Amino acid sequence: MSTESNYYVPEESRLPVLGALALGLMALGAGLLLNDGASGILWVGTALLVAVMYIWFRTVIRENIAGMNSDQLKRSYVWGMSWFIFSEVMFFAVFFGTLFYVRTLALPWLGGEGDRSDMIHLVWPEFTAQWPLMETPSQAAGSNEFIGPDHHMSFPGWDKMFHWLPLWNTIILLTSSVTCHFAHHAMKHDDRKKFNIWLGVTVALGIIFLFLQYEEYHEAYTEMGLTLESGIYGSTFFMLTGFHGFHVTMGTFMLLIQWIRGLKGHFSSDDQFGFEASSWYWHFVDVVWAGLFLFVYVLA
Amino acid sequence: MVSRVKQLVVYALSPLLLLSFVGQLARAEDAHASGWSLLNMTEGVTGVSHDIYDLHMTVVWICVWISVVVYGVMFYSMFAHRKSRGAKASNFHESTVVELLWTIVPVLILIWVAFPSTRVLIDLYDTSEADIDIKVTGYQWKWQYEYLGEGVEFMSELTTSEAAIYNLEPKTEYYLSEVNEPLVLPIGKKVRFLLTAKDVIHAWWVPELGVKRDAVPGFINETWAKIDEPGIYRGFCAELCGKGHAFMPIVVNAVSEEEYAVWLAAKKEAAAAQREMAKQSFTFEQLMAKGEESYNRSCAGCHAANGEGIPGAFPALKGSAVALGPVAKHLDVVVNGTAGTAMQAFGGQLSEVDLAAIITYERNAWGNDVGDMVQPIDVLKFKQGQ
Amino acid sequence: MAHGPAKGIGRWLFATNHKDIGTMYLWFSFAMFLLGGAFAMIIRAELFAPGMQLIKPEFFNQMTTMHGLIMVFGAIMPSFVGLANWMVPLQIGAPDMALPRMNNLSFWILPFGFALLASTLFMEGGAPNFGWTFYAPLSTTYAPDTVNFFIFGVHIIGASSIMGSINIIATILNLRAPGMTMMKLPLFVWTWLITAFLLVAVMPVLAGAVTMMLMDINFGTSFFDAAGGGDPVLFQHIFWFFGHPEVYIIILPAFGVISEIIPTFSRKPLFGYSSMVYATSAIAFLSFIVWAHHMFTTGMPIAGELYFMYATMLIAVPTGVKVFNWITTMFRGSLTFETPMLFAIAVVILFTFGGFTGLMLAVAPADIQYHDSYFVVGHFHYVMVAGAVFSMSGAVYYWLPKWTGKMYDETMGKMQFWIAFVGFNIAFIPQHFLGLAGMPRRYADYALQFSDWNMVSSIGAFMYGAAQLMFLYNVISTIVSGKPSTEEKTWEGAQGLEWTLPSPAPFHTFSTPPNVK
Ligand code: HEA
Ligand code: HEA
Ligand code: HEC
Ligand code: CUA
Ligand SMILES: [Cu+2]
Repeated sequence: MSTESNYYVPEESRLPVLGALALGLMALGAGLLLNDGASGILWVGTALLVAVMYIWFRTVIRENIAGMNSDQLKRSYVWGMSWFIFSEVMFFAVFFGTLFYVRTLALPWLGGEGDRSDMIHLVWPEFTAQWPLMETPSQAAGSNEFIGPDHHMSFPGWDKMFHWLPLWNTIILLTSSVTCHFAHHAMKHDDRKKFNIWLGVTVALGIIFLFLQYEEYHEAYTEMGLTLESGIYGSTFFMLTGFHGFHVTMGTFMLLIQWIRGLKGHFSSDDQFGFEASSWYWHFVDVVWAGLFLFVYVLA
Repeated sequence: MVSRVKQLVVYALSPLLLLSFVGQLARAEDAHASGWSLLNMTEGVTGVSHDIYDLHMTVVWICVWISVVVYGVMFYSMFAHRKSRGAKASNFHESTVVELLWTIVPVLILIWVAFPSTRVLIDLYDTSEADIDIKVTGYQWKWQYEYLGEGVEFMSELTTSEAAIYNLEPKTEYYLSEVNEPLVLPIGKKVRFLLTAKDVIHAWWVPELGVKRDAVPGFINETWAKIDEPGIYRGFCAELCGKGHAFMPIVVNAVSEEEYAVWLAAKKEAAAAQREMAKQSFTFEQLMAKGEESYNRSCAGCHAANGEGIPGAFPALKGSAVALGPVAKHLDVVVNGTAGTAMQAFGGQLSEVDLAAIITYERNAWGNDVGDMVQPIDVLKFKQGQ
Repeated sequence: MAHGPAKGIGRWLFATNHKDIGTMYLWFSFAMFLLGGAFAMIIRAELFAPGMQLIKPEFFNQMTTMHGLIMVFGAIMPSFVGLANWMVPLQIGAPDMALPRMNNLSFWILPFGFALLASTLFMEGGAPNFGWTFYAPLSTTYAPDTVNFFIFGVHIIGASSIMGSINIIATILNLRAPGMTMMKLPLFVWTWLITAFLLVAVMPVLAGAVTMMLMDINFGTSFFDAAGGGDPVLFQHIFWFFGHPEVYIIILPAFGVISEIIPTFSRKPLFGYSSMVYATSAIAFLSFIVWAHHMFTTGMPIAGELYFMYATMLIAVPTGVKVFNWITTMFRGSLTFETPMLFAIAVVILFTFGGFTGLMLAVAPADIQYHDSYFVVGHFHYVMVAGAVFSMSGAVYYWLPKWTGKMYDETMGKMQFWIAFVGFNIAFIPQHFLGLAGMPRRYADYALQFSDWNMVSSIGAFMYGAAQLMFLYNVISTIVSGKPSTEEKTWEGAQGLEWTLPSPAPFHTFSTPPNVK
């Protein structure tokens, strides 16, 4: 409920409409790229978007430093960020839902189990359902439309455990959530030095995670025959880990910015929202990974 | 004011009356009975369709009675509690009792509906112990019927001419609901339908049988019907499947068991004869004539009668590299289709004679003057060579 | 802060004021309504008589698809966002929306998004032609190349919706005037709070669905292709997990509007305020768990079929509570029938009718016959046109004096209402008959027994279309030459903070929050 008598309503701003233009150009450009292979407009749009976001956040930070933001406005930002994260949760829910649906319903049906028609052999005579799906229905029927992977990413057994990248990635990401929390704690006590160190470590862990993820993809494509095209296992695997990786990239970038701000002397024990918002995002990305680790890698 | 509004409504309605009158005159020569009387769901000719009809009517009447109460109170207030009649507003605005009442009563009504619905649904899903299995495959834009275990299968396609559709010819009685070959079924037997599709999702709907089920590519769906009365029952594809969606009707010919047996035997003989035909050879003119006919039926839907296709969606065959290039590739595209595109595998849909004729036609029509020809035996060899 | 609007085009391009942004939303959505309506007119003209007379079947499919998409995403949703922009701050005593610059961003994405979508009409391959529900694989493997533009268009339009809703939630939760407790919020605000929640929850699901399409089309994945282990029906589950809440996103703000208008012209407080709030929440909750009632013919296992039937039927209960509350509000009131009230009453009558047909559709075995027939088309136009569009028309007449300080012409308003009401029913009642008689939807052409009712339906549609042009005329002539109406409280029975403000509402209002008792 409103308590302040004075809510900061910004003056007219050129940023939003330029941001909309940027997004419009990006959508158009992405379409053109896929249809005609022309990437020019996509680049223009992206560059414009980056510029707009840079100036926009700079403006907001300056306004905050200038003391224009009432506590009430800050609460608006808190609500904004929370609901944004909620929308991201729903976005990931789609891909998890897809994974569950495919594993528990679609594949068994295709293999003739479950309570759909037992006459499925009229379409896929040779197919048996399994997870991870190594042989696709079309492959079983002798067509090369979709070829399953040669190897999968699931738990390789205790003996090879320490060669298993996902385990390392889990450790790294969970640790980074803890270090991120330490940084927060430090800032709460105005311990700037510790803040900088812990946040620096968090960012570094994020980068290491991304590097390992890249390694894993590289291995998948070059050695395991596991690609986007290798049937539904490849599709769900790359969709989930890919979007997660994209979010880690974003999160790392956000934390990096906060780190630079910290070095520049921004934030105080009672005003650190930019950092807090980024850290929420980071924890969210971490939780998603926990789900991924469990459902994509472990429970096969 | 009120009179002015009334007058306007009459004016607004007058074109309606006029147009409907003109419309009636214009269509007077159409053979088909008037559609004005088509107001309600068909009762159909199967047990399930009757059950569905009864369920439908139950819910309709429930809604009518609720309407009477709800609208009744509303119209009463609108009449009796008008300010212009001096109504003074009272101030009540809460009552837990009525709120509870109008929560609980609808719940009870719904439970009442749920029982018969559950029963009918369970019945509708019970595909066990069928006497006959028919595999129904949806294609853009035709149906294939396969009598499992009998070795009988055929395509069923719209026969209404393009000219009738584009109003160049008068429309006949069964405009858009006539096919070259109906699905023939015996009455009094439980027929199980196994539905699938080769390209996109279609839905096989025959209202009088109380059957509608999606034909999903890569999956099999089951449903069933036991027809009580002989007759011809017409239905439509009910899932948007591309530009020919309105042009892939279903016709079911329900006959007595004896007639069915006769028909099935004849069908088997015809299939054998068809296989014989594939060994004959034809002249160029014969192939071109047959090719034109078959092309227009099976291919023109996408590639257009003039071979120019639809830019951006379906390639032109006129001047196409495949049609002008080596026969083997041409055969491959037509017999096996192109995976992942709308170009289907026609090898299993058309006879060798048709395929040979169509390919010959495509290579020599619309200025494609390759000059060679393909005999049914070539197609057969190509298929066997795979 | 204290100054008025900027001059020139910059006022609109760079706006941060909720009233200006609301105005832009309203005009934009009306433009989209005309465009989507024009497509509907093409559909109805082609269906006037059997045979293809005006367009080709492939173009017909594009028209149906674009009509559905533009009406839902371009006309109805933005129109209610516009209304929220205007009214939520006024009704809760806030100086503006919580995040004014983001507000502008959410609006300006829309013109770009819809320009992109509409431009596909002029490209090779044509506009999307796979229905507004874009079922795979018709929308993936078998789609025209332009589908990529459609996908990216949906992405940014979805981003706009998410930002718009976050803004509305933050405004309602954080910017209420002192004393404005949650259970004092006007119902329009309540319904929007819940709608915004639904939007934040399901727009990302839509984004996920189109992203998977994008992958299947361009990058060789097999989400919706059984050959690789996927399932086309999976697409439908995801789409309807978005799509069913979507239809309540369309109707809930409309319910809010009705809950404002009916008490005003009954001169009596809304009956059962708190039960209205609970009913709205219940509808929102149920809307997440009923989606597969759109998929009764896909061959779901029977357990699923039964569950979705029961759950769907339950929605009739909270919706019924709303209808009963409205009617009890009118009961023993002191009723007058100005144009907004006429629209509100029409909504109650016609929406209830559409709700009844919805209940019929919910009965799974019977839906075997109704599904994908014109009966469904009849159902959803009753709830969406007579529910949402009628509410919107009523809302515009209701608040226009507050927005412009001018009064619309009551005679013209009533005339428009009656033409719309009559035209609407002539257009859509026959569609129920057609569906029951066996006419499938999305048909470019039909068998002869369907001719008569199709013709009637087309005539009604033209009449209803004419009423919309008249609506446009009424609004413009009010703005240009309406009688001044400057009293704060335009309507005798009106309650609420917006009616304590001067008319037209000044550029900045509630810079100092009012105290609500
Ligand atoms: C504003 C949008 C809106 C709203 C509010 C509704 C409301 C409802 N809808 Fe509708 N619906 C659509 C928009 C909407 N729908 C659209 C767009 C489609 C088609 C999509 C497509 O395929 O393109 C569709 C399709 C659709 C289907 C799928 C049909 C098919 O494709 O086969 C079903 C099936 O269950 C359904 C059911 C319902 C029900 C039960 C309600 C209920 O909420 C209605 C509840 C209201 C009442 C029942 C009336 C008032 C109640 C009382 C007076 C109380 C007493 C009553 C009783 C106890 C009966 N709808
Ligand atoms: C809220 C959404 C909404 C609204 C308001 C409408 C409004 C209308 N719809 Fe709607 N319709 C849908 C949502 C909506 N529709 C959806 C979701 C579908 C399903 C699509 C699908 O199957 O994929 C559908 C499908 C649909 C069909 C079925 C098409 C088919 O199955 O092939 C039909 C057919 O009659 C139809 C008719 C109409 C008509 C006559 C109106 C009228 O109410 C429109 C009235 C408005 C006007 C007419 C505007 C006035 C403008 C002019 C008169 C012209 C001015 C000209 C210029 C400015 C150039 N619609
Ligand atoms: C449902 C639509 C459809 C029907 C019906 C259809 N085709 Fe095709 N056809 C296509 C599409 C789409 C392609 C393009 C495939 C691709 O992208 O390689 C194609 C490609 C072809 C090609 C290769 C053309 C080229 O230049 O690459 C030939 C030859 C062909 N079709 C012949 C036929 C014949 C013969 C028939 C009828 C027996 C037929 N088609 C029916 C859709 C169709
Ligand atoms: Cu096949 Cu519609
Ligand atoms: Cu629904």
